[in-house]
Amino acid sequence: MTLWRREVIRFIRQRSRLISAFAQPLVFWLLLGAGLGQSFHPSGAPETTRYFEYLFVGIIVLVLLFTAIFATISIVQDRREGFLQGVLVAPVSRGSIVLGQALGGTTLALLQGVLFLCLAPVVGVSLSISSTAATIGIIALLAFGLTNLGLMIAWRMDSPQGFHAIMNLILFPIWILSGAFFPISGVPAFFEWVMKLNPLTYGVAALRRCLYLHDAAGVGEIPQLTLSLLITSLFCILTYVGAARTAAS
Amino acid sequence: MHPIEVENLHHAYGDRQALVGVTLDVPQGEIFGVLGPNGGGKTTLFKILSTLITANNGTVRLFGYDQTDKPHEVRKHLGVVFQHPSLDLKLTAVENLRHHGHLYGLWGKALNRRIQVVIDQLGLSERGADLVEALSGGLRRRVELAKAILHQPNLLLLDEPSTGLDPGIRQQFRLHLQYLREQDGTTIVLTTHILDEAEWCDRVGILDEGRLVAIGTPAALKEQVGADVVIIDASNPEALADRIKQRFGYGFTLVDRSLRVECAQGHEFARDVVAAFPQEIQSVRFGKPTLEDVFVKATGHGFSESAINENRDQA
Repeated sequence: MTLWRREVIRFIRQRSRLISAFAQPLVFWLLLGAGLGQSFHPSGAPETTRYFEYLFVGIIVLVLLFTAIFATISIVQDRREGFLQGVLVAPVSRGSIVLGQALGGTTLALLQGVLFLCLAPVVGVSLSISSTAATIGIIALLAFGLTNLGLMIAWRMDSPQGFHAIMNLILFPIWILSGAFFPISGVPAFFEWVMKLNPLTYGVAALRRCLYLHDAAGVGEIPQLTLSLLITSLFCILTYVGAARTAAS
Repeated sequence: MHPIEVENLHHAYGDRQALVGVTLDVPQGEIFGVLGPNGGGKTTLFKILSTLITANNGTVRLFGYDQTDKPHEVRKHLGVVFQHPSLDLKLTAVENLRHHGHLYGLWGKALNRRIQVVIDQLGLSERGADLVEALSGGLRRRVELAKAILHQPNLLLLDEPSTGLDPGIRQQFRLHLQYLREQDGTTIVLTTHILDEAEWCDRVGILDEGRLVAIGTPAALKEQVGADVVIIDASNPEALADRIKQRFGYGFTLVDRSLRVECAQGHEFARDVVAAFPQEIQSVRFGKPTLEDVFVKATGHGFSESAINENRDQA
């Protein structure tokens, strides 16, 4: 798909994008991990799990979220700069246009996510071949879902500023309330419900389960793998359909 | 079956009528110009023809396919050059073309051959590997055209193609279009608010306030106006108009503070009128009718004047 290829070429040519999508979460991780690590132990997780390690999974998801957002901002730009017009009058269905854009974003997010995954041994997570493969699979799935979610919003927007506002208002809270930042156990009842209804909670859980494939006790109290996978897949399908429909209208 | 068959087309944005009952056919191999002031409805017509929007009412058939029911079939036949650039600045000219070819189902060797043909045709071979953001406005425009004809469309749509081009490049652009028509029999529709650009089209449709007020070859349209046009500038045109009417019996239209009259023996009238009112008249121009005169006759107001009014409405 040609839109996918274009997205990747553009990304490689824009170094600043590459760096910011990677460095931002890294800085986040180091600052939050170091700052909160002493005073905060993730409740429900084993005694040996430090906050640094707990946050690691969350930061991978944040990398995916940022890359997905950057990729979808380019859709808003494409429209402003007129590039999209040329695509819209071509004999290509709206569904495949969205698919191309989504796969482009997914590829970039996957690259960055895997790059971050290389830091796993630093926090003391040992990776086997099977757990690495499973983790990469989940990262790809999550990246696809998040990019679609971004596209769904981006196709309605006509300015990057508007997109930033939505991002802060919707996407960031979704991340915070997904168990990426703090565990679900021990939060007030209202939050617990919000977190249980948040689809990303299951994405984060799936990622955590895969990363600790051989150490089921290491993850604490989070949703089961099958349920998490099911909901994450469903999330991907729904967001894709949503994005394709938004594009068609 | 004509490449374009438009019947009783209506389109409105909220309360503002953009197109009112437009009917027109464009036969194979014709260069058709849609002429009109800014805000006259040209861009709306262009967006409908290029399948970006669907009209509120009326039918549009392109190559026999209904544009609303079968946009996909229609799109295969179209090559589109937008008023605003549609190139990816971060890609090279050739990468832009390759990407575009893929969208139209061209791949591999066949695509490379076509890219070579169009960049040679438009004199881009030396700059093909440059990023588009490094190209000048004129060159970018040529890449736009190369992109639009890459897949050999049967119908080429251009929205204000000469915007931002200097006259020399405009001339080249025109030669390219004429070459395309001769070589491939491509049907070409362009919109313009520049009178000179409409002159060299095979046929012109004049669009004012959403209505198609005149349609025909430039020569035929000008013939309808009459033999000669005399334009008189005066310090007090209204008062002068009354006095000339009493004396010579001609009725005037007042356009942009100038008096305008069509008459058979323009040169004699010009001589007589200056002799009769030497004090009041500042200048007299006399000439064969232009498309601007066609516009004035069809709408009762001036070409630039109506553009100003439109702008005021939008503000």
